[in-house]
Amino acid sequence: MKRLLKGGRVVDPANGIDGVRDILIDGERIARVGADLPVNGATVTEIPDGLIVCPGFIDMHVHLREPGQEHKETVATGTASAVAGGFTAVACMPNTSPVNDDANVTTYILEKAREANLARVYPIGAVSKGSQGELLADIADLRKAGCVAITDDGHPTKTAILLRRALEYAAMFGMPVIEHCEDPSLMGDGVAHEGYYAAALGLRGIPGAAEALGAERGMLLAELTGSHFHVAHMSARASLRAVRKAKEAGIRVTCEVAPHHFTLTDEALSTPIAYDTNTKMNPPLREAADRDSMVEGIADGSVDAIATDHAPHHYDEKKVEFDRAPFGIVGLETAVPLTLDRLVHTGRIRLTRMVELLSMNPARILNVPGGTLSEGAPADVTIIAPDLKVTIEAARLRSRSKNTPFDGWQLRGGIAATMVGGRPLFVNSETRISL
Amino acid sequence: MSPTVHDIEQRPAVTSLRSKDLLGISDLTPDEINLILDTADAMKEVASRPIKKVPALRGKTVVNLFFEPSTRTRTSFEIAEKRLSADTLNIAIATSSVVKGETLADTAMNLEAMRPDMIVLRHSSSGACHLLSRICRSAIINAGDGMHEHPTQALLDAFTIRERKKQLKGLKVAIIGDLLHSRVLRSNILLLTKMGADVWVCGPPTLMPTDIRRFGVNATSNVEHAVRDADVIMMLRIQLERMEGAYFPSLREYFNVFGMTEARMQLAKPDVMIMHPGPMNRGVEIASEVADGPYSVILDQVANGVAVRMAVLYLLAGGAKHEEAA
Repeated sequence: MKRLLKGGRVVDPANGIDGVRDILIDGERIARVGADLPVNGATVTEIPDGLIVCPGFIDMHVHLREPGQEHKETVATGTASAVAGGFTAVACMPNTSPVNDDANVTTYILEKAREANLARVYPIGAVSKGSQGELLADIADLRKAGCVAITDDGHPTKTAILLRRALEYAAMFGMPVIEHCEDPSLMGDGVAHEGYYAAALGLRGIPGAAEALGAERGMLLAELTGSHFHVAHMSARASLRAVRKAKEAGIRVTCEVAPHHFTLTDEALSTPIAYDTNTKMNPPLREAADRDSMVEGIADGSVDAIATDHAPHHYDEKKVEFDRAPFGIVGLETAVPLTLDRLVHTGRIRLTRMVELLSMNPARILNVPGGTLSEGAPADVTIIAPDLKVTIEAARLRSRSKNTPFDGWQLRGGIAATMVGGRPLFVNSETRISL
Repeated sequence: MSPTVHDIEQRPAVTSLRSKDLLGISDLTPDEINLILDTADAMKEVASRPIKKVPALRGKTVVNLFFEPSTRTRTSFEIAEKRLSADTLNIAIATSSVVKGETLADTAMNLEAMRPDMIVLRHSSSGACHLLSRICRSAIINAGDGMHEHPTQALLDAFTIRERKKQLKGLKVAIIGDLLHSRVLRSNILLLTKMGADVWVCGPPTLMPTDIRRFGVNATSNVEHAVRDADVIMMLRIQLERMEGAYFPSLREYFNVFGMTEARMQLAKPDVMIMHPGPMNRGVEIASEVADGPYSVILDQVANGVAVRMAVLYLLAGGAKHEEAA
């Protein structure tokens, strides 16, 4: 089946395109991109004014929780959440139960993804067996089964020597090592950013230096090994400073920032709801100077990707004392509205940059298909409605978990439609698009 | 028969508390603090009677829910409740993060189903009272939550200071010890700065909360600076396990650098008050000669704790308004 997306503004930075184009989709792939393409029997979808056609967004950091924690999320509910949030692909972290340190787990996840048949799923394997930080996982097996990167996410790779070996070994397959950067002794039993609000609320602090130290360690080892090191969910300005220096020095480092870290500060610990466990994540919401620094890094190109660190938790698990609650919030369905509202409409970044951060760069970092609307590329398309008024309603999220600090937020910008392999999987009835 | 109505009516500022709970000093206005202290004045008189009981909370059920060991605070609340004729119930639950028991929310909802009027909560997690407050219709009184607040301690400290010094405004108050982990510190800073005192906090930099000066206090690690010309010296407890966390090298060294000795006390005003929320570590944060000396008001603090807690219970139950209904 052929479909012609007609007359829309297309933003495809990989091809230097920002302008009105028609896109012809043939089956699962993009056949042609050009001005005023002939219909030739294709089904025509007129793109209404104000909507923008982008290469499918890729969230390179999500927790799908399957296998083992299906009460929080499954591959099916997580990928439903993804397409509703405009993501045509997600890369899922290995801290499942059992850990994705074995090709059988990878295969299981991919089988679940095939059954769900929604967003594409790129599993990320563990650095070490059981993510215990002792022995390397069978990385070649993981790669062969479909993993696109390795990480011991949830925790930092236990030792510098193990991280070094992981970087060296993963380079054989062209895979990056993604690191949850954190010095364990500085982290201690901290639950919130070490700053004024944690002090006022009597919460144990996690200094930004804990993250920066982990990032510095990884970048030194990336320099030593020549391998690709990726800083996950960066939050501290000291980490960004280190990343900038490393990039200047030609070290192969990339980094991602989560929407909550460019939106919120640690003030959210105390208002509007004091001790709201939906403001507890790791790395924690940082002080204003850190948040502002993340926005700067996103604007000036130092930050490579926006990734959600989508971390679903059941409400029972969050309805406890702050220091006992698990870290993390869901993010797939709030990321694009927050990016549009907080970064694009405030003039901090242009739409092309947004598409780089959400699509082109994640595809390049993980070396996966997509990230562009080139002819021959998968027909993964995200159509955004930048001026749509969106109200975040936790209860209506597609994710199995509702742990978001953005409940009730009114934002400007949302998703009009999400297509994966040419199939429209999400169409927002509040926009005038029909697919 | 109320010992308080008359006294309250002399104060035009406020006659009741806005919140149904006492979660922390941070929610109180200076007028509300004065109201509690004035009410406590009247309550204190009850303790001097041969029959130490008034019917103010007759028919009210108060649950003392203690998840942390406590002798002083729990006893003080219980005596206060009994002197106000409340029906009291003590629940002490030993918890550890390893023991998988009922959640705090479930415990609260189960208690709530039996319709108590007030829950006095002591818990090792900061914010535990906020969680309860969102779940419960009952009034929640914070009897100490983690490292966050211990509001009735700060109120009884203020009451004790006011008794001697007539007012809090303009007094130099030095608070010395483990600032980082102390809920007593946080409540006292909030209360004393609201009431216009000049607050100095002092301790090793390893035990100093981040951005402490943003709380409107002077911070120093020089104990002589903190103590000089102080009207009030408040010592905080040093816990042995802090040494193991490498916050300071040894108890001996801590005492040498920060301990309250008679020599250091000489730097303060001649009529200085020495306070300690208890339990004390003699020879660690305070020399016995100071703790037992003529400037110590440590036992007055304990005595006043009952009156202040009576005032809080009384006001949260609705004060005079509730009494008329009864």
